[in-house]
Amino acid sequence: MLRPIPDTSIFDLRLSLRGRRLNKLCAALCLPQEREAFKRDEEAYMSRFSLLEEEKNLIRKRDFRGLIEAGTNIYYLLKIGSVTGNGLYRMGAQMRGESYEEFLATRKFKDAI
Amino acid sequence: MPSRIVGGIGLSHVPSVGPVVDRNRTQEPAWKPLFDAYIPVREWLAQLEPDVAIVIYNDHAADFGFDKYPTFALGVAESYAIGDEGFGTRPLPRVQGDLDLSIHLSEALVYEHEFDLTLCQEIAVEHGFLVPMNLCFPHGQGKDGMSGWPVRAIPLQANVIQHPLPTARRCYKLGQAIRSAVASYPGDSRVVVMGTGGMSHQLQGKRFGYMNEEFDQGFLDRIESDPEELAGITHRRLMEEAGAEAVELIMWLTMRGAARGKRVHRHYYAPMTTGMGLITFEG
Repeated sequence: MLRPIPDTSIFDLRLSLRGRRLNKLCAALCLPQEREAFKRDEEAYMSRFSLLEEEKNLIRKRDFRGLIEAGTNIYYLLKIGSVTGNGLYRMGAQMRGESYEEFLATRKFKDAI
Repeated sequence: MPSRIVGGIGLSHVPSVGPVVDRNRTQEPAWKPLFDAYIPVREWLAQLEPDVAIVIYNDHAADFGFDKYPTFALGVAESYAIGDEGFGTRPLPRVQGDLDLSIHLSEALVYEHEFDLTLCQEIAVEHGFLVPMNLCFPHGQGKDGMSGWPVRAIPLQANVIQHPLPTARRCYKLGQAIRSAVASYPGDSRVVVMGTGGMSHQLQGKRFGYMNEEFDQGFLDRIESDPEELAGITHRRLMEEAGAEAVELIMWLTMRGAARGKRVHRHYYAPMTTGMGLITFEG
């Protein structure tokens, strides 16, 4: 097992297994009709994937840091971000505990998005 | 004539480059430095006249899932579809493969070099594969869906996202095995090998947005001067010094194991959250 790194999630098998339901839901979002179904009725969509109540709450609250801690792989999280109107940098700002604007101000060339 | 590796390219595969290409935004100030760096690379490639590109990349949860996740997966198909990774399918022509070379690589790598690859008759490729193709090669409209790219291409997908990952040295040895396998292919093919990913970046946790240019420049130095030593780098050190997602740099070592010639181009640009590196080797 890899030793932890501060402020960093290491996506290993233990985490992947914990996030199995969440990652399955995200994987389905690679189809346009599934993205439409999610947008149409988020609650029904989450129920289809047998999410635990605490997992549903993370999606309801758009708690991206919590979703990562619950085992959502970052590349799967991007798909949830996309259907909820949250790009990578918005999700990242939240994970850093900053506003979107505060985060952009830390970048060298913030138009490269 | 035996086939041979005519060039190797290490380069980054940042997803935001895709829409920039599709919407013709490459000359905007934020993006011009990146695309300008590829002008001489494209000229060099046009002179090298490669027939095939072997692209070592990682899928970002578009076509491979954790229910069955291969460590190394080689495409063995006539052509490859453009994947949808959750944001829609990019308007790009299908990628024409090289089935004969794929079969040869499969047999040589499994029998002679004992790399137990997962062999895939279908792969939908996504930004990990397509952004490097976009940077290095122009594409046409490809009305027949097949002829849109100037080279055939073979995807080689590596697990760099769900630990345990292959070690950096294993990736390097895979490159050496590819070099040997290409040399025993009778097809007189000219092959370029592309190792994609990184450089420094972390996309999650409180350390989101972490970059380390000093590490990245050192990596570019060492992959040129001493790849054998660089292949000893641990996942832990890569993640600690360059960010958790920078571990995908191990795929550059596959390229370097295959391409042994002199260094030709080198560039580095890091505008937002990922160090975008470029290095090429000839012959």
